Amino acid sequence: MGNLLQIENGESVKRSDIPLVPFDRFAKLLSDFVRKDGFIVQFFAFVEGDGNRLLAVVRNSHLYVVSTEVGEDFPSFTASCSEKFHMFEREIAEQFGITPVNHPWLKMVRYHANYRGVPDVFGNDYAEDIPGKYPYFQVEGEAVHEVGVGPVHAGIIEPGHFRFQAMGEAILSLEEHLGYVHKGIEKCAEGRDIAGLVRLAARVSGDSTVAHAWAACQACEHAIGLTVPRRAVAIRAILAERERVANHLGDMGACCNDVGFAFAHVHFSRLRELWQRQNAAIFGHRLLMDVVIPGGVTRDLGPEQINLLQQDNEQLRHELDDLLPLLYEYPSLQDRLRTTGILSLDKARTLGALGFVARASGECWDLRRDAPYAPYENVTVAVPFSSGGASSNRVHVRGGEILVSLDLLDTFLAHLPAGEIGSAVPPIPAPCCGVGCIEGWRGEIIAYVRLEAGGIVSRYFPRDPSWLNWPALEVLILGEIVPDFPLCNKSVNGSYSGHDL
Amino acid sequence: MFSVLAKSFKTGCLTEKIPDRDTTTVQLGTACQQEIARIFGKSLAIRMVDAGSCNGCELEMHAVNNSFYDIERFGIHFVASPRHADLLLVTGPVSRHMQAALQRTHDAMPDPKIVIAMGDCAADGGEFGVSYASCGAVANVIPVDAVIRGCPPTPLQLLLGILEVLQRY
Repeated sequence: MGNLLQIENGESVKRSDIPLVPFDRFAKLLSDFVRKDGFIVQFFAFVEGDGNRLLAVVRNSHLYVVSTEVGEDFPSFTASCSEKFHMFEREIAEQFGITPVNHPWLKMVRYHANYRGVPDVFGNDYAEDIPGKYPYFQVEGEAVHEVGVGPVHAGIIEPGHFRFQAMGEAILSLEEHLGYVHKGIEKCAEGRDIAGLVRLAARVSGDSTVAHAWAACQACEHAIGLTVPRRAVAIRAILAERERVANHLGDMGACCNDVGFAFAHVHFSRLRELWQRQNAAIFGHRLLMDVVIPGGVTRDLGPEQINLLQQDNEQLRHELDDLLPLLYEYPSLQDRLRTTGILSLDKARTLGALGFVARASGECWDLRRDAPYAPYENVTVAVPFSSGGASSNRVHVRGGEILVSLDLLDTFLAHLPAGEIGSAVPPIPAPCCGVGCIEGWRGEIIAYVRLEAGGIVSRYFPRDPSWLNWPALEVLILGEIVPDFPLCNKSVNGSYSGHDL
Repeated sequence: MFSVLAKSFKTGCLTEKIPDRDTTTVQLGTACQQEIARIFGKSLAIRMVDAGSCNGCELEMHAVNNSFYDIERFGIHFVASPRHADLLLVTGPVSRHMQAALQRTHDAMPDPKIVIAMGDCAADGGEFGVSYASCGAVANVIPVDAVIRGCPPTPLQLLLGILEVLQRY
């Protein structure tokens, strides 16, 4: 692969080993890689000495890393190669004031002054409230009207702003303007120790607390060469699968509720509540927050608890035997879900969509199967997928994923390795960095962590799958009617907090 | 159609059938109901604003509406407009970008404008504190009547917090 350095998921990488190539070489490597169906895992800037560096982590069936040095601008990859770069380039422009020249839609992501204190790429002085001087995209015409929604929405939901251009009920364009819950997580991480970083990571997106904490732990643990006991790793997977099940249950019910099928909402939130109560009883927290810590986990499982969790699986399977066929076949429900909010396979690939959103469109990628990390390397992970790309397909895929998670939970519970549930974090003598990749319930969650000697965090870049799935919503909503937006939005369910950081 | 009815029949009424498991809910809820009757007549309307949370608090806010807690039976319900709200329930550290929206939501409410800061972030900024992007505690932006600690507070802690603020009125 020339100058691309192959790395393993969660392997330690010396910062001095990361290839630093001239920009032209960097551009060719990245463009060639992405054109051959490569994905961008992370692409971000940082300051090293007096210069600006760009670092890209990319994957096909393996992970690779490469970096380069740039000045105040660079030719946009979005313009020359693929839309997959577009969010990353906007973020680089916002965070570091480095302009991707000819970017077709250079819009801020979260609306804040850049970290370097150089002139603003977007012409904002940040004296005005969000969105500053940004002109929203508008469609003109006699019958065209605009619908603005948010940031405060009608229901119990995170804040964000949506602009619809509509003709009658048909949506001609949707522009998402997020950034309202930007609270400076990346900056907030700097200067923390590892334990502090993981507590913060657990709050990047509360519904994915296990997966984000695990990704941050994995990045740190492998950066410093800390081996996590096998029992702790298995318990982490149990936590992650329980998190997946809880969220799928809640969202499947909520999708049905958004088209007025309250029956499913009542039953799925009932099942979710029972599941969460068991979480509290066994792991001490209804959402499993702060159970994953550097080196391991805080809670062990005794025989009685293992038994309880196994019974949980059995009961949930039994319930879903009733509910899933009913959902999949109920005519008035399916009438609303089928063909609503279609994301084509082509669009899913172009945008680099992730997780169940991509899998429901036929892009069948799951880290647990395709780039497995412990303990998934020793189990078979079935990956439900569909080719329809509609809301019904996303609901269906998630139903399938619950059943797969229950099988995995049974396997992990039945073969829980003996031993400790944690290792002590050793002294950290030299600067190092690591990448953690975990398949959360929304899709792959990536954490890049750079540590200084003494174990102080100097860069944390968490990439929630929502980051890449939000643009998919802008695409799949086209031509749908405004009243179907809640359904389409819920069927993707991006995290606002995970996007805004 | 029949499959829906059959499933509903088989599941039964959760809200009433498991009182032994949910006595705390019933006790707290009934106490709330009495206070609501004293202060507002019949019901308590809540407008929630996520001012920057990680969405953990929102998950638990949804939970208080599920069949087990079902807080509507105590006269407590969430409303879409601040103009219909008696109580503002705010989560998260207040991000700089939500400062104006939160302020305006608060301005739009009729008296008595009761404000509860829900969760550790709303209480003191939590893990995020005060930074270029975060104003920290809700009290740094609007006057707060009560704080419900927890990360996130459980449904029962939320109900208890609402009861405590009502008892003070």
